[in-house]
Amino acid sequence: MARFNDANLTTAHEIIARYPRPKSALIPLLHLAQEQNGYVTDEAMRQIAELVGVTPAEVLGTGSFYEMFRFEPTGRYLINICGTMSCALMGARELLHAAERSLGIHAGGTTPDGLFTLHQAECQAACTEAPCLQVNYRYRFKMTPEGVEQLIDDLRAGKLDDEIPPHGTLARVRQHIPSDRAVGAVDPDDVVGPPAWIPVTVEGAGS
Amino acid sequence: MTDISENVDTVEITVNGKAIAAKKGEMVIAATDRAGEHIPRFCYHPRMAPVGMCRQCLVEIDTGRGPMLQPSCMVPVAPGMVVDTESETTKRAQEGILELLLANHPLDCPVCDKGGECPLQDQAFSHGPGESRYVEEKRHYEKPIDISPLVKLDRERCILCDRCTRFADEVAGDALIHFVERGNATQVMTYPDEPFSSHFSGNTVQICPVGALTATPYRFKARPWDLEQVDSTCTSCSVGCRISVHSSRDRVLRFQGVDDDDVNWGWLCDRGRFNFESVHADVRVGDPLIRTAPDRLEPTSWSGAMAITADLISAALASAGAESVAVLGGARGTNEDAWAWASLADAIGVERRDAQLDDGLPAGILGMPRATIRDAASAATVVLVAPDLKEEMPILHLRLRHAAVEGNTRIIEFSPTGSGLTKHAWRSIRTPVGATSATVAATLADPEVAAQLASGPVVIVAGRMNLAESADQVMASVQALTAAVPTATVLPALRRGNVVGALMAGLRPKTDDADARSILAAAAQGEIEVLVLVGADPLADLPDADLAHRGLAGAKRVISLDGHLSASSTEFADVVLPAAVMAEKSGTTTNIEGRVSTVTQKVTVHGTARPDWMVAVELASALGHDLGVSSVDDITARLAGAGAVAGSIWQGSVPPGQPVSVGTSAPNGYDMRLVLSRVLYDGAVSTRSSASIAALIGPGGVSMHPLDMEQLGVVAADEVRLSTDRGSIVLGVCPDERLDRGTVWIPIGQNSEDPRLLVGGGAVTDIRIERV
Ligand code: SF4
Ligand code: SF4
Ligand code: FES
Ligand code: FES
Repeated sequence: MARFNDANLTTAHEIIARYPRPKSALIPLLHLAQEQNGYVTDEAMRQIAELVGVTPAEVLGTGSFYEMFRFEPTGRYLINICGTMSCALMGARELLHAAERSLGIHAGGTTPDGLFTLHQAECQAACTEAPCLQVNYRYRFKMTPEGVEQLIDDLRAGKLDDEIPPHGTLARVRQHIPSDRAVGAVDPDDVVGPPAWIPVTVEGAGS
Repeated sequence: MTDISENVDTVEITVNGKAIAAKKGEMVIAATDRAGEHIPRFCYHPRMAPVGMCRQCLVEIDTGRGPMLQPSCMVPVAPGMVVDTESETTKRAQEGILELLLANHPLDCPVCDKGGECPLQDQAFSHGPGESRYVEEKRHYEKPIDISPLVKLDRERCILCDRCTRFADEVAGDALIHFVERGNATQVMTYPDEPFSSHFSGNTVQICPVGALTATPYRFKARPWDLEQVDSTCTSCSVGCRISVHSSRDRVLRFQGVDDDDVNWGWLCDRGRFNFESVHADVRVGDPLIRTAPDRLEPTSWSGAMAITADLISAALASAGAESVAVLGGARGTNEDAWAWASLADAIGVERRDAQLDDGLPAGILGMPRATIRDAASAATVVLVAPDLKEEMPILHLRLRHAAVEGNTRIIEFSPTGSGLTKHAWRSIRTPVGATSATVAATLADPEVAAQLASGPVVIVAGRMNLAESADQVMASVQALTAAVPTATVLPALRRGNVVGALMAGLRPKTDDADARSILAAAAQGEIEVLVLVGADPLADLPDADLAHRGLAGAKRVISLDGHLSASSTEFADVVLPAAVMAEKSGTTTNIEGRVSTVTQKVTVHGTARPDWMVAVELASALGHDLGVSSVDDITARLAGAGAVAGSIWQGSVPPGQPVSVGTSAPNGYDMRLVLSRVLYDGAVSTRSSASIAALIGPGGVSMHPLDMEQLGVVAADEVRLSTDRGSIVLGVCPDERLDRGTVWIPIGQNSEDPRLLVGGGAVTDIRIERV
């Protein structure tokens, strides 16, 4: 389903209510959409536009600025193999070839069973652990071609389900803020005192 | 959108060694512009918020900490600031930016519409390095893609200045284009399958500093250096935007907006911008025509046609008196045209004349204390008792939108349908059809509304919000509002080009029963011997289509002075006299404020067409009256004597109407009430005969509340039959939650069956709807 399902629509309204202006919920809602479908669908963007009161072009414009939002069908596992300097020197090319061989696709492609999308990525800030890769943004350090093949086999066999949730999942347990601890949607213009979550200063202490 | 006229304190700064008085709060680039020091720029536009996107305007600015390169469009002036726009550092920075901007630019100037008037070309010459160090392959995109039927986008040429996207969001409020992707892949784009169908899209073509955005109607029509231009005024509606008319080889090829601080701030709507095509349309009348058989109009000579016309009129005057002659129209012409026809009518004693076609308000609205657009845009409260301005007077809509979004103006809207301003309104009140005035009275009793109205200047924008409801409701509402707020002023939202000028010049009914409705009713009774149509097409424009038909059929003779062969001429005119249209004649026009501005001839008239005033003067002399003028300048001078001076507001002396009292119309046996109004692209002759925008005339249909649809058992796009005691039509239905239940809305002039067939000219129009 491309639009939000009922549960997510409720969540979407909850998210919107956290902000003084609905438009501020745009990016959280893109995450929610990606979590539901594994990528951000056209219909989801239209729905988000309706929900937060902007045009679909504005949703696409904002979303497409961010690398981690995907706008095309994406595998359950997004494998990003770093190709930048340190990793390149330490054998990133071999990792990529191993992945391409065992998945039967080129970098940029998705397997026909919808399980894997393969990408060559820029530096993932783990240069000391080169060559490295990420599966749904979970690191694998100091990889070897054999390690890549093993990883793919394990993912296929569902052995890593506990560690690596499907692409788009932000968290498996959604945080709910009890209303007595929530700051609520306060318009910045209306803020007078310090935020509610700053502990009250003990009277008479210091000066 | 930026108001650049605010008067503020001055700040002294030094530019290239000279002391300059800058306005407090303005950006350095605005100050240097006024001082005549040019800084190159791409993204900066004086009517939009600065973004500092292109960096071309880097100059050395010293605010006391030594000179530093800063974008002059983003740095506000400060006392003692020293600016150097010519230093070696400035020069190197500007050259560097140009080299970068050209790194990916295709330089296909020879096949680019913008070549010759292109800021990128010009500034590459004036501020560029002359040579590029880049040898890499440039970025490639599919050559122009349609982002709307009127605008094409060539992404290779785009320099990502953010002007078009800012315009769409900030000025037009239609953020249908946006930057997508990032870094090297950044591009302007619409949402898939959602074209940039803004009423204002053409402005982005005009402000794009390169040839990335081009207008389909103008593409490859001319090179800028072949164009001749004159300043003129758009008369497609009565906002009166200032335009520049561009022509080549005696053909009008485009209109561009001219920045007039009082009116349009440089913007035009797409209807006004692109209906230049109608000047050279096939349906223009080139020679006088006379009817030789019921279905045949044949060309004749001017002398022949004028002789027949004069004979018909003098025979009518002699046999049945001045009562039997009527003049309808004049709102499409100049003030001079209207003056000449009013003078002719005066000379022969004709009282039955009306520049409106029962689709506006009684002329008395012009006798109320008048507001300017600036008054409205700076008022504390604007009360709208008007049709959807976004559809009917688009640039007035932009000005009011700006006032509400960025200024301190609050809008109170009364409307049966909602409008483009609804989302910016402080209060938007749905007025049930037939109870507008009662709703206004009830709202005035709300203490919060009363407090708002008392908080500062109030401007009432008044127009015919519903063509299927009598104008009395609006007049009574305006009178109630002015009674509640005696200092309130009125901005009349009468739509047709020069309707205000025509009414003020004397083409208004002399008595209450001499208006267009009464004239056509009299004609239908056989009381009219000669009906003269001065650029009027009742068959297409009168809300009561049946009356128009009966009136034209009942008039013994119909003389039509027409630029384009209209439905009324084709079907009923005995004589058709070819009239010059805008861009073919000079004179003045008057906008809703009463502001008089010039219109200028740019091209030779089509065929043997003549301006309306000339026909009136000749006809007068054939009837034995000397109007005392022999050129358009004579008339302009006479009008100036009466207060109609170009560049100023014509106060005139139209008597305010009598107090109107209306009740609330009880429903008859039918269950729904009809709202008829116009949309931007309707069947107006200038739209219909401009191919590019004629294609945008909608399919038509009836909008109703989803719950009413449910009750009727229909879903979107189903067909329904609408009937009144007048007639019955079939239309597709679409849901519209903005409507009250029991109210249906139909736009007129669309490609559907004509909803005017339902209208009978009563106080309201009750209709029955059935599924078919
Ligand atoms: S299309 Fe033109 S106006 Fe729009 S960002 Fe590109 S260069 Fe600027
Ligand atoms: S708003 Fe009216 S006057 Fe202005 S450009 Fe549009 S049609 Fe012409
Ligand atoms: S180069 Fe691969 S993580 Fe930095
Ligand atoms: S004009 Fe100043 S940054 Fe573009």
